[in-house]
Amino acid sequence: MEHIVIIGNGIAGITAARHIRKASDCKITVISGESDYFFSRTALMYVYMGHMKWGHLKPYEDWFWEKNRIELKKAWVDHIDFQNKELTFSSGETLHYDKLILATGSLPNRFGWLGENLNGVQGMVTKQDLEKLEERTSSIKQAVVIGGGLIGVELAEMLHTRKIPVTLLVREKGFWSGVLPPQDAKMISQHILAHGIDLRHETELEEILGDEHGNVRAIRTKSGEEINCEFVGLCAGVKPNINFLENLEIETEKGILVNKFLETSIPDVYAIGDCAQQRKAIGERKSVEAVWYTGRIMGETVARTITGNRTPYQPGNWFNSAKFFDIEYQTYGWVFNKPGVNEQHFHWQHESGEKAITIAFDTESGKFKGINTFGIRMRQEVFDKWLNEGKTINHVLSNLKAANFDPEFYEHHEAEIFKSFKNNLQST
Amino acid sequence: MSRIEQNMSVTGEAAASLNTGQKISTLLGMSGLIILCLAAFNLNFPNKVLWLSIALGSITAGIVWFAQATYSGTHAGIKNDGVWFKSMTSRGYVAYLTGVGLTGFYILLYFYPQYLGLRAEGDNVGLIALFDPLSYFLSGNPASQWFVYGTLYTIAILAFGVKFLWKYRHNRYEKLRTFSVMFFQLTFAFLIPEFMSRLNDDGMNLPYYDLKNIWPLNYYNFEQYRVDGFLSSGNIGLALLIFGVVSIFVITPILTYKYGKRWYCSWVCGCGGLAETAGDPYRQLSDKSLFAWKVERWVVHSVLVFVVLMTTAVIYSYLGYDSSKYWLTRDVFLIGVGTFLTLLFAAIWYFKREELQKDAKYGAIGYLVIILGLIAFHYFSGQNLFLFNAESLRQAYGFLIGAIFSGVIGTGFYPIFGNRVWCRFGCPMAAILGMQQRLFSKFRITTNGGQCISCGNCSTYCEMGIDVRAYAQKGENIVRSSCVGCGICSAVCPRGVLKLENGSTNNRITAEDGVVGDNVDLLDLLKQKSL
Repeated sequence: MEHIVIIGNGIAGITAARHIRKASDCKITVISGESDYFFSRTALMYVYMGHMKWGHLKPYEDWFWEKNRIELKKAWVDHIDFQNKELTFSSGETLHYDKLILATGSLPNRFGWLGENLNGVQGMVTKQDLEKLEERTSSIKQAVVIGGGLIGVELAEMLHTRKIPVTLLVREKGFWSGVLPPQDAKMISQHILAHGIDLRHETELEEILGDEHGNVRAIRTKSGEEINCEFVGLCAGVKPNINFLENLEIETEKGILVNKFLETSIPDVYAIGDCAQQRKAIGERKSVEAVWYTGRIMGETVARTITGNRTPYQPGNWFNSAKFFDIEYQTYGWVFNKPGVNEQHFHWQHESGEKAITIAFDTESGKFKGINTFGIRMRQEVFDKWLNEGKTINHVLSNLKAANFDPEFYEHHEAEIFKSFKNNLQST
Repeated sequence: MSRIEQNMSVTGEAAASLNTGQKISTLLGMSGLIILCLAAFNLNFPNKVLWLSIALGSITAGIVWFAQATYSGTHAGIKNDGVWFKSMTSRGYVAYLTGVGLTGFYILLYFYPQYLGLRAEGDNVGLIALFDPLSYFLSGNPASQWFVYGTLYTIAILAFGVKFLWKYRHNRYEKLRTFSVMFFQLTFAFLIPEFMSRLNDDGMNLPYYDLKNIWPLNYYNFEQYRVDGFLSSGNIGLALLIFGVVSIFVITPILTYKYGKRWYCSWVCGCGGLAETAGDPYRQLSDKSLFAWKVERWVVHSVLVFVVLMTTAVIYSYLGYDSSKYWLTRDVFLIGVGTFLTLLFAAIWYFKREELQKDAKYGAIGYLVIILGLIAFHYFSGQNLFLFNAESLRQAYGFLIGAIFSGVIGTGFYPIFGNRVWCRFGCPMAAILGMQQRLFSKFRITTNGGQCISCGNCSTYCEMGIDVRAYAQKGENIVRSSCVGCGICSAVCPRGVLKLENGSTNNRITAEDGVVGDNVDLLDLLKQKSL
């Protein structure tokens, strides 16, 4: 019986395992050193905040794996012998595979800051990170979080719920402005400030300062200011977790290079999820996509290929979502932080400062390109259809109600949005 | 991970600490409770109107003030911070203490009201006597243990309702729903029945009737004393009796068809009202395992069968044999019940057989056979219907289900098993509404394409123990008979993935292999494969 081994039990690896099991009868082993069972990494923050317990993070009950004959092995892989198709674990034990799927996820970026290895400096990606965080923050007075992205704001919120004062350093003028258009970024910045987070724009980390025991005691910014703190969260993005593949014959760059079938340079070895890098980027997408649902789609796709139905990875229209404290964010299609050539952004903001939309559209044809929504839930199916059918911004705005996904009895703003568009943009 | 649960207080005791407002309001509320306790220990308060007002006033004010101190300084939005760190909401010591206290109160209330001061002869004493002035004011009668309970129940729903409103103030669905349960409890469950009993005199003998309390939740509605009471009260009584029947067979199915069982369970019902307000801090304690789901389905439907049998037996027991006196004889009634159940069964089987799971089919056949078998047995054996005496059947139901399950366990165990144990495992009304919801309703919870990140907030905070995430991560609509439509899964979802909707019954139950976001070709391939 063919033995398929998957390294990594995140959403990509587990989705692959489940879909391979649905379509075939082969032997499946999932290896992870991080946890015994699959858990929702996205919800680690809720354990720290006391919303959930560890058990709630497991989407499947423990009997699920045995019932579906998916073997789980808790171990770290040290070495891969691609010639003989053999893995070596840190314990020295070995395991043979027929097909191998690498789904090793990502690690926090470290840019070689002075002091980045001190006690109390860490990222927030793994179960071990959460345990370290729990231990470290149990008795501290001040924390600093570096980087204004999705993990950065989540970590700030986590610490905030434990009433630990947080300073959040952001390199740009507004929160996550590498991704969000300026007005969206500004609104989120204000929301974060309103929660009492000491958000510092245009502030960069110069050095992390330690005490005589090797613990963090402060950071220094590029402008020379020292901020006392006992904890530093590194949230300036993530990079593929491929260190253990160094010096092996598999081709890597930022991540493990794969073709559109998610095949690596080695036969019978595949890479999916955060650790994979497309040789040729798909559409406007980045070659490495550290996004939850693309991991899921890659898992489904590779499962099809492995079970005899070779399928290219073709994610549909771009979408994503997040939550910044109390503001939910969803995006469909492409809204870049700056309008491209022949492109314009229509922005509407509610007077509360907690609801907004930004729509990107083509100035000449009026074609709708993408939407950012804040504080208003929108229906993915509808936007997916509109994007596929190449609808215009006029069509989108006059039918916006059909896309609303807010709970019943919520206030609607479609009329106001449409009016704002008519008054401000359509005449130009 | 054990460290996380144990060591919370070290963080500057932040997670567990109370602010000044919370401390003083707790003191205020507790002092009201202490007055009631003193009364329960037979302390005879001189000015009952004054002391009762002080007690109830400070309990209400304490709770409302606590809510204000907790939420008013915060941003609107879901804040379940530290729920699993607090002893009260994570089955800690305080939770067990509260559970024991509530359970003890229920046991006194149901089985030993004399210890609360109820006197059959002469004036009440103790706690119940303290409530006499209010009872006289409303209905003109002295208080009973049920009046004391009703008053406290209503105060709990109103005061904790205010807390709930504060907590979910960003969510209009939750706000309207809470206003609704507060209204129905105050008027329909508490005031109207009291006012109605004022109307009773020589010509009127209306039973105490909470109009929104529908059979079979109101399992005693067709007992002889009540039916006699209705019939002896002229047109009003007859209208109420007819309303009771109509609400079962007409009003309930129509509303459930249109809105799901939520119109009742989380907008109107008193049990649901208490669960949603006072019980809200315990919703995360419900068991979400597959095992619990299996137990739930068997237990709740068994209770339903029990109540059908019991009511049939009770009505049968006071009907006559002689068709010349009244058309509704024992035979007509029994044949009617048998025919109705058989037709209902046949209709469901014919129209919905593909939607029924195997165990549902076995269960339905089994129960139908039992009921028809008992009716047939009656004709062969004569005397007792259903092997048991109707009165002992009624007593057993009243004790086991009415008292122990719905009261002592249902509410007393809030801090241990969550706030909807009764609604989930025991309520026959929920079972009937659930069948209607599962098979015929326009209601469902939809998931937003591929946006679900499987975080599990929805499942954790589902008070009915539904593993919402299991559906959401597959992009499936959620159509479950137990869903009471409280809307909390939608509220706690950080990605805006869930929405409660009433829509077309076509494609209500979707079972997609892929979710939006996957390429269209991939979806087509999956569909071809499954053909």
